[in-house]
Amino acid sequence: MKTIFKSLFAITVLSLVFSSCGNGGSDKKSGALSSSAAEKVYVAPGEHDEFYAFVSGGFSGQLAVYGLPSGRLFKVIPVFSVDAEKAYGFNEETKPMLNTSHGFIPWDDSHHPDISQTAGELDGRWVFINGNNTPRIAKIDLTTFETTEIIEIPNSAGNHSSSFVTENTEYVVAGTRFSVPYPQKDMPIAEYKGNFKGALTFISVDPEDGGMDIKFQIMMPGFNYDLSHPGRGKSHGWFFFTTYNTEEANSLLEVNASQNDKDFIAAINWKKIEEYVNNGGGTKAPTNYAHNVYDEHTHTATSTMKDEILIVNPSDVPGAIYFLPTPKSPHGCDVDPSGEYIIGSGKLAAELTAHSFTKMLAAIEGEKFDGEAYGIPILQYEEILAGAVKQPGLGPLHTEFDGKGNAYTTFFISSEVVKWKLGTWEVIDRKPTYYSVGHLMIPGGNSRKPFGKYVLAMNKITKDRYLPTGPEVTQSAQLYDITGEKMELLLDFPTIGEPHYAAGIPADIIKANSKKFFKLEENKHKYVTKSEADAKVVRDGNEVHIYMTMIRSHFAPDNIEGIQVGDEVFFHVTNLEQDYDVPHGISMIGAQTSELLIMPGQTETFKWYPKNVGVWPFYCTDFCSALHQEMQGYVRVSPKGSSVPITFTLDGDAVDAE
Amino acid sequence: MKLKVLVLAIAVAIMSSCGGDEKKKDKVEAPKEAEKEVVELDPMKDKGIGPISSITLGEIDEAMAAEGKEVFKAKCSACHKMSKRFVGPGLAGVTERRTPEWIMNMILNPEEMVEKNPAAKQLLAEYLSPMANQSLTEKEARLILEYFRTVKAE
Repeated sequence: MKTIFKSLFAITVLSLVFSSCGNGGSDKKSGALSSSAAEKVYVAPGEHDEFYAFVSGGFSGQLAVYGLPSGRLFKVIPVFSVDAEKAYGFNEETKPMLNTSHGFIPWDDSHHPDISQTAGELDGRWVFINGNNTPRIAKIDLTTFETTEIIEIPNSAGNHSSSFVTENTEYVVAGTRFSVPYPQKDMPIAEYKGNFKGALTFISVDPEDGGMDIKFQIMMPGFNYDLSHPGRGKSHGWFFFTTYNTEEANSLLEVNASQNDKDFIAAINWKKIEEYVNNGGGTKAPTNYAHNVYDEHTHTATSTMKDEILIVNPSDVPGAIYFLPTPKSPHGCDVDPSGEYIIGSGKLAAELTAHSFTKMLAAIEGEKFDGEAYGIPILQYEEILAGAVKQPGLGPLHTEFDGKGNAYTTFFISSEVVKWKLGTWEVIDRKPTYYSVGHLMIPGGNSRKPFGKYVLAMNKITKDRYLPTGPEVTQSAQLYDITGEKMELLLDFPTIGEPHYAAGIPADIIKANSKKFFKLEENKHKYVTKSEADAKVVRDGNEVHIYMTMIRSHFAPDNIEGIQVGDEVFFHVTNLEQDYDVPHGISMIGAQTSELLIMPGQTETFKWYPKNVGVWPFYCTDFCSALHQEMQGYVRVSPKGSSVPITFTLDGDAVDAE
Repeated sequence: MKLKVLVLAIAVAIMSSCGGDEKKKDKVEAPKEAEKEVVELDPMKDKGIGPISSITLGEIDEAMAAEGKEVFKAKCSACHKMSKRFVGPGLAGVTERRTPEWIMNMILNPEEMVEKNPAAKQLLAEYLSPMANQSLTEKEARLILEYFRTVKAE
């Protein structure tokens, strides 16, 4: 009896102790996540994330920078759309970045970021991303996290099978989703078939400075080129593009482009075409496209119109292009880290197709052809097939790899991520996504060396996952731990725009290269003011140029007189600070543009058209110091033709005194 | 009896693993008396805090001073005039008021100086705008010091 009592006592004490243990291990019903999932994504205050994730902003046109595993948003890099916060596309320096053959375009739809590679591994120098609507490829410099180059792609439309890089960043490719007449001309739409062309563009990347240049454009049959990926390792030198609408329908594509049992993956031996071009091959054709470059030293972009392009027709280079039959309108086209398997995700197919690169070469060698399309040989399906994942799910879209022999594929219709094994094609695990996942991303998952710790699923539908915000709800991504046999959902987090694709990289590869400020002595801006003594105001007809400086916490000059109604006033403002994280902003009452947000050592310009006489203030828009509220100034505006002279002072003295 | 001990031991083990913060068990020491601020009375002995611990000055080097004047103009003149108080103190004759080490440390390590050095703290209280770090090199700071030596108080 005594013993029993003692035992009961012991159990009571123990259970008291257990239940008093706050957020202890027993996870009864506090949501789907165990506390260990929370710990896995918890990055303590002041600590850094392990990975950067560059997530496309979709119809925002931008590129968002998140930390993983926390899912915290660090920066939205303006790429194809204007950004009033950063003055991108508003200040005089960056307006040329958005110039195209159609003129200035303030928006695009950004899709597929890809990080530059050396020897098949992420080198963290640049991120490339495609503008889908008005075809362009942009390059973002990962020392400044700013867009430094945008090249327009002529003869293309719906620039979707882009912007993927080869394993030494020799090329970034841009493939057209919509075929169009080439050259463009006035013709009946119904005559599409056989007359429209699909341009696949190879843009060379300078290994030193990353400068982009269109090397050649392949004029393919008029299919829809949906996605692409480079060969790597043994298949380096090849590029693979999925196609749909090989039916060449021009209306009600959801029915008419879903007729064929198989469409194609186009396999392009770009090395062979490069050699052909280097030996003088190809046809120079007239064209018109913009090439925009931002110079870090002048802090200014220039836009140059190009008028010629080198066209290669598939029939010009026999043996360079083949079609791999792939079931049912394949979307994703993904190559495993070894370069052996090319995975085609037939959107409407019951199975996932893996082609073998080795077998593809053998089939080419043995001429195992199943006819041709527009002169391009079609390889026999059975001859190149490595295997298929049977009944994996519904609506496969994209596949990435963990570097440990596993592949992860998204299924849009059945809304899940499925883990399967390369070679055996067996399904290992499946986890639901909330909801309707599109792309997924493993850091380095599109390289020879993936960092297989997390997979990020980017969803197309959010519905009830967050607090409602009216009819439009946030876009969303989900993070899974993939270090175990089974995947584990760790985190939901909201994203900007529509997250089409992402590129992840270990933070250690790039964070030490991140620039802290721009050196004043290296500033070569046309209107730089390198010290307060050089600040001035210069009238040239009705154009007035204000050379202004800013430092904690005043402008020089801060009192300006002699401006007249009808003038065109340029504020060229230089931030004289030379320290980390001390930007200043500026805006002028009534300026029909955005603020400027100027980094230390940088110069930016906005224009102001004074419309009314009076004394009008300007101020610093970025809280810069304890005396930020004091950082302000006045401009006196006199009637047109007034005799008030131009003066510019600070503290009652001409700024160039002493 | 043995069982009781065991129960206690387990309970203690669980308790202390709960939250896992071993440090909390450390005895909380009685708060120390606030450290008295020792204000250096003689600024000409105060070397400040930073990379410069000792510097020996020779004859004024006019070439260095001229170079220093240019650096000063580019990086410092937005806040400092020689002749008068501006955003920061007027600097004519500063080498007669401060040690060369203090001046260079104030240029090279302003954040720590205004936080810890009593004289620099006093200046911040008076001028309110913290001295900006302009990321100068030691060499540039040395050139500026040489320039300061040439500008005497009026």
